[in-house]
Amino acid sequence: MFDTALTLADLGFLAKGAAMTLAVTAVSVLAGTVLGVVFGVIRNQAGPYWSMPITFLLDIFRSVPLLIQLVLGNALQSILKLGWAPFTTSCVVLSLYTAAYCTEIVRGGISAVPATTRRAARSLGMTWWQDMRYIVAPLATRVSLPAWIGLTLGVMKDSALVLWLGLIELLRASQILVTRLQEPLFILLICGAIYFIISFPIARLGGYLERRWSND
Amino acid sequence: MFSYNFHWNQAFKALPQMLEGALVTLQIALLSMAIGLAVALALTLFRLSGNRILNGFATAWVEVARNTPALFQIYMAHFGLGNFGIHLSPYTALLVGIAFNNAGYLAENFRGALKAIPDTQTRAGRSLGMTPLQAFRYIVMPQMLRIAFLPATNQMVWAILMTSLGVTVGMNTDLAGVTQALNAVSFRTFEFFALAAVIYYVIAKAVTLAARLAATRMFRY
Repeated sequence: MFDTALTLADLGFLAKGAAMTLAVTAVSVLAGTVLGVVFGVIRNQAGPYWSMPITFLLDIFRSVPLLIQLVLGNALQSILKLGWAPFTTSCVVLSLYTAAYCTEIVRGGISAVPATTRRAARSLGMTWWQDMRYIVAPLATRVSLPAWIGLTLGVMKDSALVLWLGLIELLRASQILVTRLQEPLFILLICGAIYFIISFPIARLGGYLERRWSND
Repeated sequence: MFSYNFHWNQAFKALPQMLEGALVTLQIALLSMAIGLAVALALTLFRLSGNRILNGFATAWVEVARNTPALFQIYMAHFGLGNFGIHLSPYTALLVGIAFNNAGYLAENFRGALKAIPDTQTRAGRSLGMTPLQAFRYIVMPQMLRIAFLPATNQMVWAILMTSLGVTVGMNTDLAGVTQALNAVSFRTFEFFALAAVIYYVIAKAVTLAARLAATRMFRY
């Protein structure tokens, strides 16, 4: 019952897929977070009325399935003759998707800083930038880090969808092996275990930070 | 500027077909939510039961559902169960996958909601002669559902978005599947998928709005 045609080389193939998953996630989360912080600060500065265009645009990324976004992104880059590789297209779409969620997190974090604290900073003679850098950033980070960790894990899981553009990441790699070896359950279990091993410890860390930092 | 001619009329001609697909999408989302809610309630009871096996089972379900991709769960239902001789159609596999995912996330929502309900209420109920199940059913559960309502709404929107994953296991009757089938015939990828995106957006917004209206009606004192 326990004999399998899976070889060490196949496991290496899966590991390569996992590396691709991590690469797409890393690039997208990095770019998405930078964009999210920028949009979050803009939304906070401009107020709900003037930031309506940004709010609406980012809301689209949260209300349309990621699969459709990826297909649209890919179609758009070929219409505009950009000649992007699937990796680039995937990263761009996933970055915008991440940015949409990250903006909400950043905005929430900034508005969790009491207005009185910020006014105190300004009345001590700090500039807007100093207030942002030394008062708001540390306090807001503390509030939003658990949610940001959750977002990162979410993007890691959602990055499985880039297989639709032909990128060989973890899930696609295991699908290829399933097609060749015809042992779907066993290979998918390995694939799921890899996802779980990556995700579970980080999720636990997020939960720990949330408990640890929520009291005071 | 670019040499691509948009053919929107082709997409608009297919609108009735796509709207039919949207109905299937909504149906799967609602069904998966109903199953997910029922299972999540059972998992919550398992966790509260104090039985180690039941508690372990519930915890394992929640952690697996939350730490693996939804697409993986759907693949598991479609390809993985084949090893046991269970061959699900794309529709059923999609439903099973999403319901599994929903149950995990909703159970976690319920757990968060339970924390907000003081233990003393259960004890008060018990000392009035209620059985543990009665205390849960009549005192804790109504409050829990009320607190978890908004997160559950978000999960509903997620369920709608997740139905689009069915196309990867060969589903061709829901909105994404219909769009993909039309795209395979005409190669007007951008037009068809842009229209599908608009429909998904409208559905998601409508569900959010309806839930908000329902919440203000149900939860006023």
